[in-house]
Amino acid sequence: MSSTAILAGPPRIALVGNPNCGKTALFNALTGARQKVANYPGVTVERKVGEFLSPAGARVQIIDLPGTYSLRARSPDEEVTRDVVLGRFEHETPPDVMVCVADATNLRLHLRLVLELRKLGRPIILALNMMDVAEARGCRVDAGALSAALGVPVVPTVAIRRHGVRGLLDQIDRTVALASGSSAALSGVAPCGWSEPTASDLRAYHREVEDVLAAALRDAGRPSLATRRIDAALLHPAIGLPFLFLVLFLMFQAVFAWAAWPMDMIDAGLTWFQGTVGAALPDGLLKSLVTDGIIAGVGSVLIFLPQILVLFFFILILESTGYMARAAFLLDRLMGGVGLHGRAFIPLLSSFACAVPGIMAARTIENRTDRLATIMIAPLMTCSARLPVYTLIIAAFVPNRTMLGGLVGLQGLVMFTLYAAGILSALAVAFVLKRTVFKGAREPLLMELPSYRLPSARDVLLGLFERARIFLARAGTVIFAIMILLWFLGTFPAAPDGATGPAIDYSFAGMLGHALAPLLAPIGFTWQIAIALVPGMAAREVAVAALGTVYALSETGDALSGSLASVLAADWSLPTALSLLAWFIFAPQCVSTLSVVKRETNSWFWMLAMVAYMTLLAYGAAFVTFRVASALLGG
Amino acid sequence: MTIPDMNFPDATAEDGAIPVHLGLLRKGQRAEVIGLDETAATTPLPPGELERRMIEMGLIEGARLEVLHEGFPGSDPIAVRIADHILALRRAEAHAVLVSPLA
Repeated sequence: MSSTAILAGPPRIALVGNPNCGKTALFNALTGARQKVANYPGVTVERKVGEFLSPAGARVQIIDLPGTYSLRARSPDEEVTRDVVLGRFEHETPPDVMVCVADATNLRLHLRLVLELRKLGRPIILALNMMDVAEARGCRVDAGALSAALGVPVVPTVAIRRHGVRGLLDQIDRTVALASGSSAALSGVAPCGWSEPTASDLRAYHREVEDVLAAALRDAGRPSLATRRIDAALLHPAIGLPFLFLVLFLMFQAVFAWAAWPMDMIDAGLTWFQGTVGAALPDGLLKSLVTDGIIAGVGSVLIFLPQILVLFFFILILESTGYMARAAFLLDRLMGGVGLHGRAFIPLLSSFACAVPGIMAARTIENRTDRLATIMIAPLMTCSARLPVYTLIIAAFVPNRTMLGGLVGLQGLVMFTLYAAGILSALAVAFVLKRTVFKGAREPLLMELPSYRLPSARDVLLGLFERARIFLARAGTVIFAIMILLWFLGTFPAAPDGATGPAIDYSFAGMLGHALAPLLAPIGFTWQIAIALVPGMAAREVAVAALGTVYALSETGDALSGSLASVLAADWSLPTALSLLAWFIFAPQCVSTLSVVKRETNSWFWMLAMVAYMTLLAYGAAFVTFRVASALLGG
Repeated sequence: MTIPDMNFPDATAEDGAIPVHLGLLRKGQRAEVIGLDETAATTPLPPGELERRMIEMGLIEGARLEVLHEGFPGSDPIAVRIADHILALRRAEAHAVLVSPLA
């Protein structure tokens, strides 16, 4: 320990590399589950930090930086990478050592970044990743010759199988020891020789890469034949788009089919927990707060964890196999019809799970107006928080029948229609935006289609673990607080003696609901719905728990949905139910989304514009739905 | 469908083949990049930016490429194999790349 004690604090390593170089897999291999995801101060770029113990016994901190092709940042994401490695980032000292990750099968593209990083005058290690794929394709790289040509230590790795990690750790130890020694001797770092490259600088870098490859590449190998064959089918003009839509359709069916069993388990667990706690507490306000307010309320949100995980499972698989870039390729022309960039597909698809990561993923779009247009329509994608509302109303009003010989459920079909309505309206809004406020040509599409890869179970599981943690943290904080507030609003003041209606009728929530009711009557909403929408402003899924409270039910999760569904089926007309579904397609009811829009656009204007246009659409759609359905059904 | 008239009086290829804009190549055609000319493409980017991005993505003089896939509808965008990687780009921007078709 004494030899590394020269450095103040643990040494800091930054992982830098092109997108698709296996950087995240290497980060996972080095840190395992010991990683934290937070935001950089001032910008909402995710900052992934992990820690590990080096073979020499030093505690090492490692940062996973956003992937980039160049230090010439083009998007907010790449700006973070540039600023961190250049040491321009406030509150953050520059990394002691940079580990540059390069795909061994694609050195011609990846080595230029290494040359740029070398100009910084800081210690670099080159991790030559995906060596197994390179060998399988007959590509032979001489790591020793590469190291000699670049003047940088080179370590071959296979991150997804955690091969070569030990060698990399040893090299990190050596480089850190050397860096601390030299910085003590030279009292400072080498001067930074990097400046933004011009086109002729880039050509010079490119020639240098060719010289390095001439010295180190023994055999160039063949391009991936498998990738070419798969693409011949999946990018086929006639097969490509139908296959993509089939994948998306299966994904939404799986969200319901796969999540059903774990949801039942969580539900049973919550019911048991509620009963046990309820039996242990004396009757009174405290028991009511704990069982009805906290357990029932937070439980009604927790139960959607399986569905969120199934969605993210698909998104992670699509990303790690390399299909996501193909989807952007396939959709670029269609999305171009409404003025959107093909790359907007990834934020929009993420928004099906939750608009917050979706809006943050829009950072990869370089152009500001393209990015704003994508952010503005992202909340129209049906996020998983709408599922509880949809599930409840569909269970109450749509018969559980199967069609096409049991292949497709009618309820699933209605759900698919709701998703489609969200997508189509998003495209319509984008179309209008790109022709009015966001005029101008689209940002160019210059996107690498990475070779297809089998995803690693470990990396997918770590990704899911991260998402679960973020969701549970939200359930434990924002939603927990809202549930207590809601319980308070629904409990006080207490009903007078000899009251006939449910207690909530006399509470603050009841008063608020009754006050809002005249506004919502033209779209067919009852005063109970009006009450549920008040806490539902904080998060959509809260509306279900709120309806449960309004109808004085005490069950949680599925049991609540079950009994609530029968109450609603008896209490609401079909036009009211359809009107509420239409409302939820558009309503901007999520404080988290609005706050992330404010942060990402750095403007109150765009956030308020989003609230205004979505509320107008929601009210309009609900109004039309209610009137048309009433007329058709003779209501 | 007709292929637009190709008329580049200034450009001359070293091996004598007629230079073509990459944006006009069809699926299966191979070519070698002989130059970048931003003015041939419509782009909202500031001058010099498209050229730099293209170089960064491997579209540089001497690079050999093959058009592997075409999008739908309108055969746009295209996927081009350059050396070891595949790049997707729109035809509108691909016009900035002058290539010499290979047999």
